[in-house]
Amino acid sequence: MPRNHHPHPSEVTPESVYLNRRAFIKRASVAGIGGALIAGGVVAKQRNAPRVEGTFDDELTPWETVTGYNNFYEFGTGKGDPKKNAQDFKTDPWAIEVTGEVSEKRTFSLEELIDGLTIEERIYRLRCVEGWSMVVPWNGFMLKDLIERLGPTEDANFVEFTTLMDRRQMPGQNSPILPWPYVEALRMDEAMHPLTIMVTGVYGKTLPPQNGAPIRLMVPWKYGFKSGKSIVKIRFTKRQPRTTWNEAIPREYGFYANVNPEVDHPRWSQATERRLGEFFRRDTLMFNGYEEVASLYEGMDLTRYY
Amino acid sequence: MSITPPPSRPKRRDWVPGVKIVVWILCLAPLAILADRIFLFGQFTGGDFVDDPVELIQHWTGNTSLILLLLGLAATPLRRLLGWNWTIRFRRLIGLFAFFHATLHVLSWFVFDHQLAIGPIIEDVIERNWILVGMLSWLLLIPLALTSTAGWIRRLGGKKWNRLHRLVYPIAILGVLHFLWQTKLLECDPVLYTAALVLLLGVRWWVRKK
Repeated sequence: MPRNHHPHPSEVTPESVYLNRRAFIKRASVAGIGGALIAGGVVAKQRNAPRVEGTFDDELTPWETVTGYNNFYEFGTGKGDPKKNAQDFKTDPWAIEVTGEVSEKRTFSLEELIDGLTIEERIYRLRCVEGWSMVVPWNGFMLKDLIERLGPTEDANFVEFTTLMDRRQMPGQNSPILPWPYVEALRMDEAMHPLTIMVTGVYGKTLPPQNGAPIRLMVPWKYGFKSGKSIVKIRFTKRQPRTTWNEAIPREYGFYANVNPEVDHPRWSQATERRLGEFFRRDTLMFNGYEEVASLYEGMDLTRYY
Repeated sequence: MSITPPPSRPKRRDWVPGVKIVVWILCLAPLAILADRIFLFGQFTGGDFVDDPVELIQHWTGNTSLILLLLGLAATPLRRLLGWNWTIRFRRLIGLFAFFHATLHVLSWFVFDHQLAIGPIIEDVIERNWILVGMLSWLLLIPLALTSTAGWIRRLGGKKWNRLHRLVYPIAILGVLHFLWQTKLLECDPVLYTAALVLLLGVRWWVRKK
């Protein structure tokens, strides 16, 4: 169990809450992973960490909601569509093309690409730009580790992630609601931040297709749409890549998309959010509560770079 | 002893009151389904696990209200085009139920999104166009609901009453706009509602022109 991971105290559910949930039962039943994680310290360690005001009741969102309430327009725009339409989605074999400003441009099999990287559990808040949120125990590895392995050149200032384009398997791509394929990107320092992970599992299980199997990005301080799913291409670029939502409606969705209660969406407030399953709204936290990333944006006007 | 009555068409019993009971049930059914899905896990009506009950309540009541509003608007075109004069006898009931569901929709927003804090409510209404049009739509429904009784028709006089109740056109337009405006991308349902509204208003215009 790596001990170099120091999540924000608020990232983690207090153990007392956590142990009582069926989430725990599900995780523990996955031999090895669950036990090792709990014994290994991430959770135990966090129990002694000081809690952050206002975030102490971050309870895991149930598995049913995490895997049944999804925005994955490739499988339909309804929240329940991805679960319905992605069941036969083929994730094996899976190839990922690595290209652009990188020492070795080539296509890897997924196994080859992630072989030897340390999978750990990260409990993150997920805040959707639509104003709802959940708390998800992801399993994944730091994107930083992968990038270091791939060896981008000095000109690599951004890294771009492309989702699979497959009209047959992804019926949503037959309607021109967004410019397909879905593309998202990060600035290099954002990608290298230890909070940025590549996800291959959730709740200790293999990532279900509706959550972006077999591999997706997860950037917890940004609105959910930044974290691309079912990734088939990683490209390092010198210039800022075009990104899908920004291209579709630039006035409403920026490149950065940092969770920010002070910068409203043009049509709705971002000051509060509804945690799925709750009746009343709660305050949205700056950078979704991951304030350690603030230094990445020092000196930037976040109302302009939204 | 018996005198044969003069031949006349046999008087049929009025069927409208009986059907009104069915309409009542149909108009309240959406609430029953909602309650079942949220409190009884869809035991009677099926449906998936409800991840976001507030979203369901708001979408459900909003949708129901718009559907009833459009149905109410269909009464006159149906009468004109197909000669179904009976449609008019259900219009008030359907209109009042549209108001009822719209009120639940607005109340759920007051309570769940703003916990009845009047300042933020007003701020949201002023700042968000789609909320503003929705709120206007509901506010304009209030005088129509209040003056829906026979007493008020008499008090205002048919002409004045009719003019007041023409507010239903802006109400429907604002309501559909409210739905259309809050989606992230152009989605199916709001487009369908818009099409229905355009059709209903178009038919009126066409009939009048003829």
